[in-house]
Amino acid sequence: MSDVNQRISDIVQGNDVVLFMKGTPLFPQCGFSSRAIAILDHCNAQYETVDVLQDMEIRQGIKSFSDWPTIPQLYVGGEFVGGSDIMMEMYEAGELQQMLNERAQAS
Amino acid sequence: MTGPLAQEMTELLTAAFAPTHLEVINDSAKHRGHSGDDGSGESHFTVAIESAAFAGKSRLERQRMVNAALGDIPGNRVHALAIRAFAPGQA
Repeated sequence: MSDVNQRISDIVQGNDVVLFMKGTPLFPQCGFSSRAIAILDHCNAQYETVDVLQDMEIRQGIKSFSDWPTIPQLYVGGEFVGGSDIMMEMYEAGELQQMLNERAQAS
Repeated sequence: MTGPLAQEMTELLTAAFAPTHLEVINDSAKHRGHSGDDGSGESHFTVAIESAAFAGKSRLERQRMVNAALGDIPGNRVHALAIRAFAPGQA
């Protein structure tokens, strides 16, 4: 495993809920990242974020790590969940809240 | 007016999925001057697609299928691409 893959693996394994995004929760730098944060906040989730704009290695590496071409990307319990479209669909179906609740209880 | 990228995406998706419904919506005008607006007028899109190819597939699988069919377009040649992919009767 390359260094960047190891770094990303450590991040997703070391945090129950982590969002790779552009910018920060307070100052998202992209509409999709902003929407992802809004969804997590609506779910009252505890989450970590990684600002890919501050780390070019992760910005490129996360795309191949997840086999997913775009940012944001959500990981829950070390598993790739999806981007903001999937987060919105799961949120509307109540599935994201359920997944986050189950994760919070498991940890 | 359909731009060349919208046309290319329409052709790629039609060839890959024989969709029963397909909309390639150019949202770029709503993002003029934002980060990611490259001045091409084709930076932000929404794809809504219905195809029997998505039956029995998870959300992740459906999006991966659409992204794969679009090759290097998502995230590279198009800054922002929202995808809604469903099987008939699922939406």
